[in-house]
Amino acid sequence: MAGKKVRVLIAKPGLDGHDRGAKVICRALRDAGMEIIYTGLRRTPEEIVNAAIQEDVDVIGLSILSGAHNVLFPKIMNLLAEKGAEDIVVMAGGIIPDKDIPKMKKIGIAEIFLPGSSTKDIIEWIEKRIDK
Amino acid sequence: MKKDEDPKKNLKPRYQHWKNEGYSRSLKKSPPEKKKFTTISGKDIKELYTPLDLDGFEYQRELGFPGEYPYTRGIHPTMYRGQLWTMRQFSGFGTAEDTNERYKYLLSHGQTGLSVAFHLPTLMGIDSDNPLAQGEIGKCGVAVDSLADMEILFNGIPLDKITTSMTINPPAAVLWAMYIAVAEKQGVSPKVISGTIQNDILKEYIAQKTFIFPPRHSMKLIVDTFEYGAKEVPRWNTISISGYHIREAGSTALQELAFTLRDGIEYIEWALERGLNVDEFAPRLSFFFNAHNDFFEEVAKFRAARKIWAEVMRKRFKAKNPRSWWLRFHTQTSGVSLMAQQPYNNVIRVALQALAAVLGGTQSLHTNSLDETYALPSEEAVTIALRTQQIIAHESGVANTIDPLAGSYFVEKLTQEMEKGTKEYFRKIDEMGGMLKAIELGFPQKEIADSAYEYQKAVEEKAKLIVGVNAFQMEHEPIPVLHIDESVAKQQLTRLKQVRQTRNSSRAKAGLRDLKKAAEDSQNLLPYLLDCVKTYATLGEIIDSLKEVYGEYQEPITY
Repeated sequence: MAGKKVRVLIAKPGLDGHDRGAKVICRALRDAGMEIIYTGLRRTPEEIVNAAIQEDVDVIGLSILSGAHNVLFPKIMNLLAEKGAEDIVVMAGGIIPDKDIPKMKKIGIAEIFLPGSSTKDIIEWIEKRIDK
Repeated sequence: MKKDEDPKKNLKPRYQHWKNEGYSRSLKKSPPEKKKFTTISGKDIKELYTPLDLDGFEYQRELGFPGEYPYTRGIHPTMYRGQLWTMRQFSGFGTAEDTNERYKYLLSHGQTGLSVAFHLPTLMGIDSDNPLAQGEIGKCGVAVDSLADMEILFNGIPLDKITTSMTINPPAAVLWAMYIAVAEKQGVSPKVISGTIQNDILKEYIAQKTFIFPPRHSMKLIVDTFEYGAKEVPRWNTISISGYHIREAGSTALQELAFTLRDGIEYIEWALERGLNVDEFAPRLSFFFNAHNDFFEEVAKFRAARKIWAEVMRKRFKAKNPRSWWLRFHTQTSGVSLMAQQPYNNVIRVALQALAAVLGGTQSLHTNSLDETYALPSEEAVTIALRTQQIIAHESGVANTIDPLAGSYFVEKLTQEMEKGTKEYFRKIDEMGGMLKAIELGFPQKEIADSAYEYQKAVEEKAKLIVGVNAFQMEHEPIPVLHIDESVAKQQLTRLKQVRQTRNSSRAKAGLRDLKKAAEDSQNLLPYLLDCVKTYATLGEIIDSLKEVYGEYQEPITY
């Protein structure tokens, strides 16, 4: 597997259209040599999980600013488990209150990147998690 | 002519002398921490501004007097000496009851106008019982599915005395119809109600991405509101042409200004195409800008905005009524500039941004709350935000005189450069065939994404420092935040069910049929929308009927 590019799906669940963060992450990961698939806006949990499996990604990055993470993230994690795709690493970013973070970690979100996170940190984190 | 009659003649050599002998020599002795001095938008800033930077500057042509063309110094002759700006905090969460209570709280604490934040399903024209609404109900704003919610939202608030701004875009005409219907129920005529609907779809395609219909149909609906408003709701601002979201999406200050004003031009062209008279609807156009971190750049942006718009209206569109030349605007401090790290620092950021808006001559202002990187603001946080405006208004003294920064070599130069840059963007977009074409080509979207990425890189390379984030970091305790639990969803779904059960459903269906027919026949939809909302047809039902005629917009996926 050595030398193969890391594949990342950047996904926007929820109804909000705030895609600045998602797009900056897409560009930064691409510039770091990863392969990026971007879902576009307002994707359902089903659409996100299907795209991740079809595209055979290593990582899913969920970006949400609407406050619906408590409902949508568990759905996404359950669907991944149902479809036997628990090996895909899931990270998230956006507006997520501190007190929700333990809940999100508990359902299997590997890391939450809050506003102010640097793209460098995110890239390093992915490279550490996905050893290709 | 005596030698000292032209002060600039001596100035140039003196300036050069100072720059070489004074400034540069001193710099060599103590090299600066920063090598480049740029605004947050990446614009180079000189070490000093002098009369040499304002060559050919004529007071009357560039500035004039407040309330006089070209309005650089303000649209009103008295500005804040006559009346302070409206302190208008954008607010909405949970159910209509929750938000109604918050409005009454804000009004009792000196807020002078209302501004409604709707939850995302309402913004997207879908009902709370639509599967896509799961997890979103009451989260980002107040849930409004039908007239029943709107009646509760404004219960006990006299709509003849309070002005209301509603941040709503693709379904703006429907929510406006609901507001008019609530006013009528209070016995208040549409002729006297006043407020604003955002109703600006172009910036949605460009930046905020809350769209439903394809662009051409959206533009038609907007012109319907111009036409109806001019005749039936004459004190209502039928659009708030918004740069706020363009800036939040990552544009520079110049791009915010240029794209917003060019959007304004596009709306006017579409309305003229319909056959409307420019002076009938243009006085009801309003604007909405961002107040970001870079203080002087922001002040220049606001001042230039007024001057450019006055010229556009007078020269490009030959408007005769001076009210058509006025650029009236609302300002909100920058959401993206708020930081999750050391959140109390956000109070200071907001205060500086608000000060720029006031020195830029804003007509109304929303100050963000310190906790908004985490959630919608708590009551305590929103009170501090309102107090920030009151301190600027009543303690700082900046409102004592009109446009106090005028005549600053730096501010005037920046203002001129804003104007020049904006006109350059106008030229490019005109060449593309207008803003709608430019959007279809992805031009403004790409410009914004490029600027956003450049800025992120500058932050990561520490060319730009953000206190508490890439400099001066420290651990901090979590702050208390407002939590909207899922019981809100239950309440909302119960009410929606009740509405569907208790209304006269054949009347509701008939209304929707008539609406669809009117859309097919390209009639002005406002009278039909008013009929529909009064039957308690839901927002989702109304929008779905229109989707059958107009279809839905699919955005090209790019990054």
